[in-house]
Amino acid sequence: MTSSFSLRKSQLFVLLRPGFLVGLAILLSSIALALFPSFFAPFDPNAFNYSALKQPPSAEHWFGTDNLGRDTFSRVIWAYSVNIQMAFVATIFALIIGVTVGSLVGYYGGIADAIFGRCVDAIITFPFLVLVIAVVAVLGPGLTNMYIAITLVGWVYYARLMRAEIMGQLANDYAAAGKVMGYSDRRIIFRHLLPNAITPVIVYWMTDMALAILLGSSLGYLGLGAQPPQAEWGVLIAEGRNFITTAWWLSLMPGIAIVLTGLGFSLVGDGIADLMRPRG
Amino acid sequence: MSSLSYFISRLLQIIPTFLIVMVIIFLLVRALPGDPAIAMADAKATAEQLEQIRERLGLHEPIWVQFAYFVKNVFTGNLGDSILMKAPVTEVILERLPASGFLALYAVLFSLLIAGPLAFVAALNRNGWIDVGIRSVFQIGLSTPVFYIGLLLLTFLAAQMRWFPVGGYGTTFWEHMYHLLLPALTVALYTSAIIMRNLRSSVIEVMDAEYVQFARAKGLPEHVILGRHILRNALISTVTLLGLSIGNLMSGTLVTETVFAVPGVGRLMLDAIFARDYPLIQGLTLTFAVLVSLIFLLTDMIQAMLDPRLRVS
Repeated sequence: MTSSFSLRKSQLFVLLRPGFLVGLAILLSSIALALFPSFFAPFDPNAFNYSALKQPPSAEHWFGTDNLGRDTFSRVIWAYSVNIQMAFVATIFALIIGVTVGSLVGYYGGIADAIFGRCVDAIITFPFLVLVIAVVAVLGPGLTNMYIAITLVGWVYYARLMRAEIMGQLANDYAAAGKVMGYSDRRIIFRHLLPNAITPVIVYWMTDMALAILLGSSLGYLGLGAQPPQAEWGVLIAEGRNFITTAWWLSLMPGIAIVLTGLGFSLVGDGIADLMRPRG
Repeated sequence: MSSLSYFISRLLQIIPTFLIVMVIIFLLVRALPGDPAIAMADAKATAEQLEQIRERLGLHEPIWVQFAYFVKNVFTGNLGDSILMKAPVTEVILERLPASGFLALYAVLFSLLIAGPLAFVAALNRNGWIDVGIRSVFQIGLSTPVFYIGLLLLTFLAAQMRWFPVGGYGTTFWEHMYHLLLPALTVALYTSAIIMRNLRSSVIEVMDAEYVQFARAKGLPEHVILGRHILRNALISTVTLLGLSIGNLMSGTLVTETVFAVPGVGRLMLDAIFARDYPLIQGLTLTFAVLVSLIFLLTDMIQAMLDPRLRVS
């Protein structure tokens, strides 16, 4: 008993590490900015101001203004709702599909598993970004199509992980016990195996959310994700690209938001990974 | 199992994977809404020209016959004509590959120079302030998108300081080295963050291994242990990591090429997408997949050469 108690204590200690706390603070403030941009943004993100064109960062305009006099700081804040949304929307369907397919394939094995294995090998042969870009190329650029493309490619990674975990759990006595008790397959898979097998998948999901923000803004920058004039970090950076010699702040300031948010998500993800990882 | 039969069996494993890769690419373009002939033709194409394209693509045939044609075309290197470049797709891609290959190799070199020594220093000072410092910097690196790293370097070192050109590729070897220095550094800063993290833990793993403890117990001097035991084994994981990071390397190269206007296949891919040049998109996707599977193969072979245990199992 004492050993399991001290284990819990050492795990809870993760929550007090400075890295995790910083990450959590960033994450929570990002969500607040995403939910209430009008409360935090000092200016209307779309208001033109022809008396303040391409002004460098100042006390009034923290991140400067663009070629139409729009306040970059306000645009970056309004972009939070799109970019934070990416972390969830781009990953949640991949998670659900991947967990379902991975559980079924891992439990039943056989032909389905063999076909699944070959398909996974093939999909992993493409660099992730290349396949996502190819799917966007077919569907056409845009935020919704970007989500579809990331989901179409991304679920495979969840399914692969889930399959391996389920197969590992099948070796345990409780799985066999469920079968002996005459429980239905559905009950064994979703009530018994899944809760035991899902931890690594959730940990991967946390890191995947950080990656989704980076990927989403990269596609926005390339012109394949969110489309201008929507305020999105990648789009803002791409718009500023034309003024890199005369107004560097237009491209460089929005990047700070990406790095900070990505860092927040991955610090929290690492903390949760340490917390959930079984020890000993 | 001898090493020859290992290599052959590994080579054979590629075939089913590659077949599915071709199915995916085949279906990708067939999934286009509407008539592929219209998508593949000029906007000004006449009904007669469209009919010709349909005939050439075999669109009147059943789907599995179309697939067989596609496979045959892939193996004969006939991937159709690029609408954008008005030339055969194979030719266009081969013309653009050297710049990307140069950039990728250059980036690998930089990532090894950055990640290798830092991973060792971090592992040797495990949990000390140097280790924590190095890991924190790389943690930030992992949260920075490639295109942003590129833009930072471009803005400060090329546009402001004018130390480097803002784009292009040059014509001679040394011009390539000069033009691609910032792009290669961009890709390397991104890939080295991933490599460093994994290499550090594998160095630590090797340092704790029994054979290292045994070597130490035997009284071997520390530099022999480091050089002969730790380095050699860390090299194996470095090769593995490089092989596994090939996807990241290609993605990084693709994005970086657009930031620095490098005339490589990554930039070509984006140009193709915006021009809706489907034959070219199809050819490029195929090229990327072939390159990755070849590199996976090469990785496995180098690993088997470095680590005799793998050839047995």
